[in-house]
Amino acid sequence: MSEKMVLMQGNEAVAEGAIAAGVRFYAGYPITPSSEVAETMAKRMPEVGGTFIQMEDEIASIMAIVGASLAGKKVLTATSGPGFSLMQEGLGYACMVEAPIVILDSMRYGPSTGMATKVSQMDLMQTRWGTHGDHWVIVLSPSSVEESYQLTIRAVNLAEKYRNPVIVLSDETISHLREPIDISIPPVLVERRLPTAKADYLPYRTDESLVPTVANVGTGFRTSCTGLVHGESGFQTANGHVAEALVERLRDKLFNNLDDIIQFETDRVEDADVLFMSFGITARGVSEAVETLRSHGRKAGSLRFITLFPFDDDRVRKAAGNARTIVVPELNSGQLVLLVKRVFGDSRKVVPMNKINGDLISPQEILNFLREENL
Amino acid sequence: MRLDLLRSERLPNIWCPGCGNGIVLRALLEAIDQLQLDPDNVVLVSGIGCSSRAPAYTAFDNVHSLHGRAIPVATGIKLANPDLTVIVVTGDGDSSAIGGNHLIHAARRDVDITVVVFNNYNYGMTGGQASPLTPTSSITTTTPNGMLDRPFDLVKLAAGAGATYVARSGIYFAKHLVDHLKKAIAHDGFSLVDAVAQCPTYFGRFNRKGSAGQMVTSQKDWMVLKSVAEKKTPEELAGKVIIGEFVNIERHAPVSAAAPKEQA
Ligand SMILES: Cc1ncc(C[n+]2csc(CCOP(=O)(O)OP(=O)(O)O)c2C)c(N)n1
Ligand code: SF4
Ligand SMILES: [Mg+2]
Repeated sequence: MSEKMVLMQGNEAVAEGAIAAGVRFYAGYPITPSSEVAETMAKRMPEVGGTFIQMEDEIASIMAIVGASLAGKKVLTATSGPGFSLMQEGLGYACMVEAPIVILDSMRYGPSTGMATKVSQMDLMQTRWGTHGDHWVIVLSPSSVEESYQLTIRAVNLAEKYRNPVIVLSDETISHLREPIDISIPPVLVERRLPTAKADYLPYRTDESLVPTVANVGTGFRTSCTGLVHGESGFQTANGHVAEALVERLRDKLFNNLDDIIQFETDRVEDADVLFMSFGITARGVSEAVETLRSHGRKAGSLRFITLFPFDDDRVRKAAGNARTIVVPELNSGQLVLLVKRVFGDSRKVVPMNKINGDLISPQEILNFLREENL
Repeated sequence: MRLDLLRSERLPNIWCPGCGNGIVLRALLEAIDQLQLDPDNVVLVSGIGCSSRAPAYTAFDNVHSLHGRAIPVATGIKLANPDLTVIVVTGDGDSSAIGGNHLIHAARRDVDITVVVFNNYNYGMTGGQASPLTPTSSITTTTPNGMLDRPFDLVKLAAGAGATYVARSGIYFAKHLVDHLKKAIAHDGFSLVDAVAQCPTYFGRFNRKGSAGQMVTSQKDWMVLKSVAEKKTPEELAGKVIIGEFVNIERHAPVSAAAPKEQA
């Protein structure tokens, strides 16, 4: 292990990545498998001049980070399915008031309390559609400890840049994995844009970036925000045209910047005749399976989603090469595959591969699956 | 009253004629003015309800949050920037039903914020349904045969949860209300003022409380100053609401088991 490498657990890497990105406020409520993030932050926040608070529940946790964000801090909370469900109203609020916040959802198994210590990828669609109303979030998916660190930094930067909630969608396995990672390179930090002139200040007025320059509270701008539909003033209105323009802008501020936001990792897609599309921990099994298949002369390839949402059909289509068959392994009953099927319609054979017993999909299982399904 | 503390361009407000919210808001602005707080350092945070619309009519930074969630938002703001005076504007339902858990925990932590409950004994915004502060037997749209449950005593609830300043007042007692708001805001620690106002449109109408004016003036009949109440028998106090200061103690001073390490 080289000198700049440190051994870290996935959850610690999220906490340390957040600190490296400038996060100085953490509010949370303990839940397996995310609790080590809170425990790390409880120790580390005072050391870096930040604030840690354990709230009474996840509803309060997300609202507290929204409050701290509105007061200018870079913020993080971490949770898992049951807590993420409670955070949904706050997530919608953060979208609406355009508060930069970062949430780690470390997926555990199941609906309801499920199996606290078992892995799944069952919250994928919840990250996208969990809160009510048309809204847009950025969802990033790490598949290693190193990437947990790097993507948390990226999440904080994207949240600040676009004034939008960003979800780091990890899982029980990555959260508890220990791997050597390199944290020696200081990250590039992004700061939210702030208003410059108090005269004619309107918190939600935007330029061509469509990202408003809302003042931090307590800085003399006398700013207003509300989860009600609002115009540039930040004051409530029931005007349908204003509502339409607002919701369109919330979408377009992200969709005008997909090149900046969307990342995939591809492996030998060009000549692949069977392509795997996966994310998170599942992509690690895929990558070994592709290796084995290639060594047997089978033209296999992989597309791993690093950014899950926004999900752009055109970009996925372009990145997917010409493989006749696309296999979508995931630890749920079929969520990512819905999106992949939407992209390709009947033009390719899109095959779901699902596992819902709380265990991972092994490379061998992928090889067996291809054989059994004659793919 | 200093008009520059209001955003006149946002008036008229949404409140019904005769609503008590405007009078509580006026008292709050009066208290802030008398304390000579720098308006740039005051943040009003509210939940959802008729009362929670008040902050948007003021010239301060204002955050209109979600139903029941003003207190955790205020907690986040205060911890992020302890120099600010953070005041929560909330309704009886907002603070004691959906937000009740946040209320008791903020009191327990003794977060240095002030919670002003615009208490009209019902859910005004949604059409006069029962709240946890609705008195027993009262008619609301969800208790058409009279409220069966007992209400919370908000003062005792906050005190029991650890609030270090708790007071109750009513809008008829304008100076009393302003004075207690001032003390609450100036207090170092978690403070709560139960500010009784009227909702003539629903609670008043359903319970035959008379006109808005009558609802205000009647406060002098059913509210008793704490100093006076102390000399009365329980029989004499039946059906009365006591106003005044109930808790005013030193802030809970936390002691850390280990001093944090040097900043890194
Ligand atoms: C999660 C959620 N549930 C319900 C509502 C509907 N709602 C809006 S205001 C309100 C009650 C407000 O009562 P109170 O806090 O006493 O305020 P008032 O209108 O009386 O001032 C309710 C139930 C909501 N906005 N959000
Ligand atoms: S419904 Fe009641 S509380 Fe709401 S504005 Fe009207 S009078 Fe005031
Ligand atoms: Mg009410």
